[in-house]
Amino acid sequence: MKAFTYERAETITRAAAAAVKPGTKFIAGGTNLLDLMKLQVETPSQLVDINRLPLDKIEDTSDGGLRIGATVRNSDLAADPRVRRRYGVLSRALLSGASAQLRNKATTGGNLLQRTRCYYFYDVTKPCNKREPGSGCAALGGFNRIHAVLGTSELCIATHPSDMAVAMRALDANVETLDAEGKARSIPIADFHRFPARTPQIETMLKPGEIVTAVTLPPPPPGTQIYRKVRDRASYAFALVSVAAIVDAAGGRIRSARLAFGGLASKPWRVAQAEERLAGASADAEAFDGAANAVLDGARGYGHNDFKVPLARRTLRAVLTEATRA
Amino acid sequence: MDMNAPIGQNALDDPKSIVGKPLDRIDGRLKVTGAARYAYEFAQETTTTYGYVVEAAIGKGRIRSIDTRAAERSPGVVLILTHRNTPGQGTGSHHEAHPVLTDANVNYYGQPAAFVVAETFEQARAAAYLVRVDYERVAGKYALESNLKYAGSPPAQEGQPHPDSAVGDFTGAFASAPVQLDVTYTTPLQSHAMMEPHASMAVWEGDKLTLHTANQMLSQGQEAVARTLKMPVENVRLISPFIGGGFGGKLWVNADAILAAIAARQLNRPVKTALTRQQIFHVTTHRSDTVQRIRLGTDRDGRIVAIGHDVFSGNLPSEQSFETAAMQTRTLYVGANRLTRHRLVPLDIPIASSMRAPGEAVGMLALECAMDELAAKLNLDPIDLRIRNEPTEDPEKHIPYSSRHLIACLQEGAKRFGWDKRNPKPGQVADGRWLVGMGVAAASRGNPLRTSKANVRLDPDGILTAKMAMTDIGTGTYTIMTQIAAEMLGLPPDRIRMELGDTRFPEAAGSGGSFGAASAGSALFDACETLRAKLAGAAGMDPKAARFADGNIEAGGRSKRLTDLVGNAGMEADGEIGPGTTLKDFSQQSYGAHFAEVAVDMDTGEIRLRRMLGVFTAGRILNEKTARSQAIGGMVFGIGAALEEGLNLDPRFGHFVNHDLAEYHVPVHADVPVIDAVFLPELDTKSNPLKSKGIGELGISGAGAALANAIYNACGARVRDYPITLDKVLTVLPVQA
Ligand SMILES: Cc1cc2nc3c(=O)[nH]c(=O)nc-3n(C[C@H](O)[C@H](O)[C@H](O)COP(=O)(O)OP(=O)(O)OC[C@H]3O[C@@H](n4cnc5c(N)ncnc54)[C@H](O)[C@@H]3O)c2cc1C
Ligand code: SF4
Repeated sequence: MKAFTYERAETITRAAAAAVKPGTKFIAGGTNLLDLMKLQVETPSQLVDINRLPLDKIEDTSDGGLRIGATVRNSDLAADPRVRRRYGVLSRALLSGASAQLRNKATTGGNLLQRTRCYYFYDVTKPCNKREPGSGCAALGGFNRIHAVLGTSELCIATHPSDMAVAMRALDANVETLDAEGKARSIPIADFHRFPARTPQIETMLKPGEIVTAVTLPPPPPGTQIYRKVRDRASYAFALVSVAAIVDAAGGRIRSARLAFGGLASKPWRVAQAEERLAGASADAEAFDGAANAVLDGARGYGHNDFKVPLARRTLRAVLTEATRA
Repeated sequence: MDMNAPIGQNALDDPKSIVGKPLDRIDGRLKVTGAARYAYEFAQETTTTYGYVVEAAIGKGRIRSIDTRAAERSPGVVLILTHRNTPGQGTGSHHEAHPVLTDANVNYYGQPAAFVVAETFEQARAAAYLVRVDYERVAGKYALESNLKYAGSPPAQEGQPHPDSAVGDFTGAFASAPVQLDVTYTTPLQSHAMMEPHASMAVWEGDKLTLHTANQMLSQGQEAVARTLKMPVENVRLISPFIGGGFGGKLWVNADAILAAIAARQLNRPVKTALTRQQIFHVTTHRSDTVQRIRLGTDRDGRIVAIGHDVFSGNLPSEQSFETAAMQTRTLYVGANRLTRHRLVPLDIPIASSMRAPGEAVGMLALECAMDELAAKLNLDPIDLRIRNEPTEDPEKHIPYSSRHLIACLQEGAKRFGWDKRNPKPGQVADGRWLVGMGVAAASRGNPLRTSKANVRLDPDGILTAKMAMTDIGTGTYTIMTQIAAEMLGLPPDRIRMELGDTRFPEAAGSGGSFGAASAGSALFDACETLRAKLAGAAGMDPKAARFADGNIEAGGRSKRLTDLVGNAGMEADGEIGPGTTLKDFSQQSYGAHFAEVAVDMDTGEIRLRRMLGVFTAGRILNEKTARSQAIGGMVFGIGAALEEGLNLDPRFGHFVNHDLAEYHVPVHADVPVIDAVFLPELDTKSNPLKSKGIGELGISGAGAALANAIYNACGARVRDYPITLDKVLTVLPVQA
């Protein structure tokens, strides 16, 4: 770990203002950032601690949704009765992530902004375009079992590892921020994370100093909510494939469906065509396969992760079957 | 005493003996309250400095230049060791302690390239990242499977099993066997992943070195350190009262200890160091991956006529230890024609060495699945197949077994587990979206005995102090030793002071290879016998007739308080055990049977254990509770071996890609449902005076194979490439409805 200065922000505006200084990082739960600092993958010269900011509330919004403060702990969010009742997909996604101890520390903002688990990204002696632009991608020709099959670029094939963000993507959440000048904005979660493209080191739409203040959820859409996470052990493992589904169906017919995927892509993944194909369709194998085709259109494995394509197909099929069961 | 003859009736045979009782761990409280001190927790004086290892970042080549200037200027740095300023050391195999920073050559990824010492750990770590090493890479051989053509015979070593064995005409008998099975299994590179990292603190006083270090075999380690640092053995002291797991990874003295010792001498200040979790994977040892070909030829009734097991494993060209995966194949089943061969492939990856039942743990993953395949081929129940192939004597050495109750374990286990409910046809049983299956495998593990010594002293205050350079690596050694001493002298356990973990105490076997309890326990037994005789002498009683109970010695209607016999100075006795002819005259193994019920998700291929049972016989059980815990721990290792564990090698760099515990998977709580371990009564009089046999590694032996066989029974996938992850069964899953 490199030496750094530490500042505890007293107000949100001051936090954002302090963070424009190059080399500054916000620290929330620290469960990702500290690990990266120990390995010198991240080498901030200043940490701004946001844990004491008044961002730890979950509030009802006037339109019947929820506003989740950026420092609400993952375990508190998962246990909130409103979340459990109306946003079961989010509660389940959260509880499927990490371990109880980590969830007690991890925050909403930190979870959204956690970095990839690509092995080579964590190892500063290896080439990695995300860590060191232009150095190459060790995963491309290397061991890439946990890597993405969608939304990749020739420079980076890493996944976004969050479970929470996948559920939020299905829920059409908005990420609220405040920038260094004190200006607030709301970014749809679909746009919040960026494709790696030519700049895998730039992962979100945030500008320097811009702080995530909250995530808002619109009122829950109708239908059954499911979060299905497929992983290598029963707990405490990142998703190989995960599906967040909200499906409104009755009498063998699907009215509407929302499907978001984790473990598959460079960012929480959602494909409009897949959902359009399902809307109004009868709940049968043909419709499910059609949706899978749309989701996996353009999917490409890199060797060790080839299995993710059939696995995603099978998992989606299982989830849709369950969601539409009378 | 040496084990040259079977043991008769002795004090431990008393049915009321405390030996065997499920006594709680006497160090449990210390551990859960944080009062037990581990190597890294020893007294920090203001003078203590902290070291951090810089690992070589290439697999093979040499250090062209190493620039430490920026690191030296970094805050707090007091010393940087590189090959340029590190004194020469004695060389030898890993049974010694590997010399460090000897020259510019890089022999494996992660080999220490420098050691940065600073006033704080974080300063040392920060400075370590400033050390610039310029490497000259050369092509290396990294992956086992792509380098099998370089395999050679490892040299036979004194006191070690020979790499090859042959009986009869295997090739001819196999070729003409009416039923043949010829299968190749592979097991991956594995890492010990114990909880406590390798850590050491070195303190010099003049020319005397004290090393607080996490080490399983202190007496051996003491000698190793002395040889490597070229100093007299008596000037080296190793202290290791508590160890947070070792699993073989702390059998030898690792780089942390030698680096700390060298740096501390140069600085004339104590040096503490702990490897980070990530570093442990490369800097210390691991288990080699294996390629294992098993050939079984039987007659039409399933009686084995030819049994062959070829094993390939890898290690550094300078190392000779190989994965002894075929050892149980030599003794487990009948067969007049036998062949086992171990071949070693020289590889330029970190040092391969002992890990959790070296040999058996991976050998039985292959052998016991091959037996299951054979049973399927013959249309026999797998237990029936094993009964048909139960030998009456060791089939290779033609000597009797010291004790063997494998069939009893299989049958008792079958009854308790409900084996009769298993559908022999794979893929038939569903529970919702899960395919459910059952599997069985035999457990078998050699029963070694090693030289070990002990000293006991009974003081006038009624406290018996026992001293041994033995270790407790978390298995319960303090507790079982206390029970042995308490029973022998007729004292309550709270009157026993058990002092372990210091080379100032009599030389002991240490913890490893399932020999710890038997060896150290027998030495203690022997010391207690001598003390009993002395006490009887002092009481004027016949030692043979004397009974020890409640702090008294009794014989012939007379009773005396022990404290009245020991005088003001207390009374002492020494004890010793050594292996003898019974190890050659009798084939000695512990046995057991594993049963597993596994469910495979028919959509995703996710594999989850549902329940598991192990039934074992291992001679006298010294503590029901710690024995059961140990067996269950081994079974959990088996779950990991079957389903999860594996280091992924990147053959471009020669490194292990998943070198942290987020991506190197071991079982977590949710992977471990109700599992139980049961020990059937047995006494082994040929084994040692305790009549116990090794249980340390019995629980893992064969455990993973029971899961693999259950997976086959559940879904019909016979995966011969461990670990069995979901991607390997996906292709055989049924078409989704
Ligand atoms: C072993 C392990 C297993 C895990 N398994 C899973 C899993 O299965 N599924 C899963 O989803 N996650 C998993 N995680 C990841 C975990 O969820 C994240 O580490 C956690 O959510 C990060 O939250 P934090 O508050 O600790 O973030 P921090 O580490 O404090 O911060 C992470 C990043 O976010 C930035 N940041 C934090 N808050 C803000 C804010 N308000 N505004 C702007 N920037 C901000 C920080 O600067 C930093 O760059 C695992 C982690 C570990 C270590
Ligand atoms: S996949 Fe991305 S994060 Fe991983 S090595 Fe390549 S560039 Fe780096």
